[in-house]
Amino acid sequence: MDEILRVEGISKTFTLSKKQQKIERTTQRKKVAVDNLSFTANRGEIFGLLGPNGAGKTTTLRILATLIKPDTGDAVLDGYSVVNEEEEVRSRIAFLTSELKLEDFFTPNYLFDFFARLHGVPEAEVAERKRVMFERFGIDKFAEVKVQNLSTGMKQKASIVISLAHNPDIIIFDEPTNGLDVLTARTVTDFLAEMRQQGKTIILSTHIFSLVEKLCDRVGIIIDGRMTHCDTLDAIRDGMSLEDRFFEIYKTVKGGEE
Amino acid sequence: MRKQGNVWTIVRKEFARFFGDRSLLFTAVIMPGLLIYIVYSLMGENIGKSHQDDNAGPTTVYVDNLPESLRGDFDSIPFQLVTEGFNAVALIGDSLADKEKNLIYVNFPPHFDSLIAAYDPMGGEAAPNVKIYHNSNSDNSELAYQTVKTYLEDWENSRNNMFDINAQNPESEETEETFDMADEDDSLGEILGQLFPMLLMMLLFSGCMAVAPTAIAGEKERGTIATLLVTPMRRSELAIGKILSLSTFAMLSGLSSFLGIILSLPRMLNGDGVDIDFAIPYTTSDYLLILCVLISTVLVMVSCISILSALAKDVKSAGTLVLPLMLLVMFVGFTPMLGGDAPEALTAYLIPFYNSVQSMASVFSFNINPAAIGITVVANIAYTAIAVFVLTRMFNSEKVMFGK
Repeated sequence: MDEILRVEGISKTFTLSKKQQKIERTTQRKKVAVDNLSFTANRGEIFGLLGPNGAGKTTTLRILATLIKPDTGDAVLDGYSVVNEEEEVRSRIAFLTSELKLEDFFTPNYLFDFFARLHGVPEAEVAERKRVMFERFGIDKFAEVKVQNLSTGMKQKASIVISLAHNPDIIIFDEPTNGLDVLTARTVTDFLAEMRQQGKTIILSTHIFSLVEKLCDRVGIIIDGRMTHCDTLDAIRDGMSLEDRFFEIYKTVKGGEE
Repeated sequence: MRKQGNVWTIVRKEFARFFGDRSLLFTAVIMPGLLIYIVYSLMGENIGKSHQDDNAGPTTVYVDNLPESLRGDFDSIPFQLVTEGFNAVALIGDSLADKEKNLIYVNFPPHFDSLIAAYDPMGGEAAPNVKIYHNSNSDNSELAYQTVKTYLEDWENSRNNMFDINAQNPESEETEETFDMADEDDSLGEILGQLFPMLLMMLLFSGCMAVAPTAIAGEKERGTIATLLVTPMRRSELAIGKILSLSTFAMLSGLSSFLGIILSLPRMLNGDGVDIDFAIPYTTSDYLLILCVLISTVLVMVSCISILSALAKDVKSAGTLVLPLMLLVMFVGFTPMLGGDAPEALTAYLIPFYNSVQSMASVFSFNINPAAIGITVVANIAYTAIAVFVLTRMFNSEKVMFGK
């Protein structure tokens, strides 16, 4: 298999504000979000990061998207380091998360052109790519409608299409179906499967077992910032349902701590 | 009871919000008092200083044909008195026009005492006329003029209006005689040099405030800046792009306001009955200098507001953070009104905002110092470059961009 992503021993610790300490109900000033995490992903596969809320999935993906830097360790995407070659990394990835929003004032049509330009997509290719993507997601009819007037599902679709304007090889997707209605969620999962067929690598985080079972080739289980298991879906399941296996692992890890 | 309870709950919440926010507390409670104290202290100091200067008596009162009846009184005026050995023509023609020379020239008709003794108000002849030439652009000259004029008017009233002061001769076919030797452009320049820098600074700042917080803190608040940060664009490109575009918007906003002032000024001045034959006396090069100063000033303003907006988590808190800067800019805009000359030391033109105000004031009042304006523009561009560097670092900082 052709390895496209190698994560080596990344760690990230956040300093909590007093407000955050109250929310987290802790007196500790530091919170270890990711602890010495390592894994690899191959070209043309969907790799799922599975874990409960606060396990460190989003932090890991934000490090891969170069939005934040790891305190230690590094990740190499398609030959480029997230620590030292951020711009190269960013030109090769699409990062999709509900945190990232589109400017309400603009239309999908305008924003597609804008982001394609920022990614350096040749002008000649933009129109055709936009036509194909807009048709694929059914937003061609809404191309000239301002984002503020789109439905939530349509906004999410527009967001996906626009973030893929530069046709990246690696797609990093944080909670892909969060907050989506069933129809939009289905469109998204079908699209991810289609992307895999096109040879794209998809790294996604989720806590939805059915999504992992449906889509992922390989899975990493993160609990309290540490990667406890990382293998193919079948090897992780070990003959059980993913949900049952996950709770078994979770109990073992948490029980071991207690 | 329930209503009162709700009211109290709301009041407590608002109190907690207000007194729990140190920056809001400083801006809303401490800052206004502090600023008023500073402004009023400075104004008072300048007024006192100007009086001290006047009392120090560099002003000279030149008098021709001083009547014996007034000699004793004129000897006691708090100005240097000169009654002989001067060239009256040179005084009127040249010296009085120079506002830096603190002097007035009083011309009594020859044999003034005899003339007023013989004057019959019912006779139809013109009363003896005392001419006082002065320069209203010079504070000292104006003070001496008002002192002597008030004194003579009081003296005249006690003698049944037996003479006139600065009367025009109705029978003369010559043009009206001018007693105020102030240059009209100087007068206008004096007014505009005090008024325009303050107005322009406030208008430009308002323009910057209208666009910068929304474009940076607003993007953070809406989550759209993170979308930009995952593109391969350099952070420095984002910083420069933001500052340049915002500066353009702010400049347009300021320009619109500036045009509004220019167009409405003649009406405003004439409407107030100010005796100015209004014609804007500035040349194209004056306007170009102003434009250079304005552009560089807007760059600094937008840079500062952008940095503060990047620190803020939303537009509202950006407004709170920017408010002290706005008050500071307003205060600096008022400095030409506090009196005193433009700073001679060129290093003073390295102080942001103050340099812009003084440079604009110098152009508007026709006291252009090209070196000072050059330093102002270069310093402002240098500060903008530093701000771009700082903003780039802030865009790179996860604590600033994504800190909760």
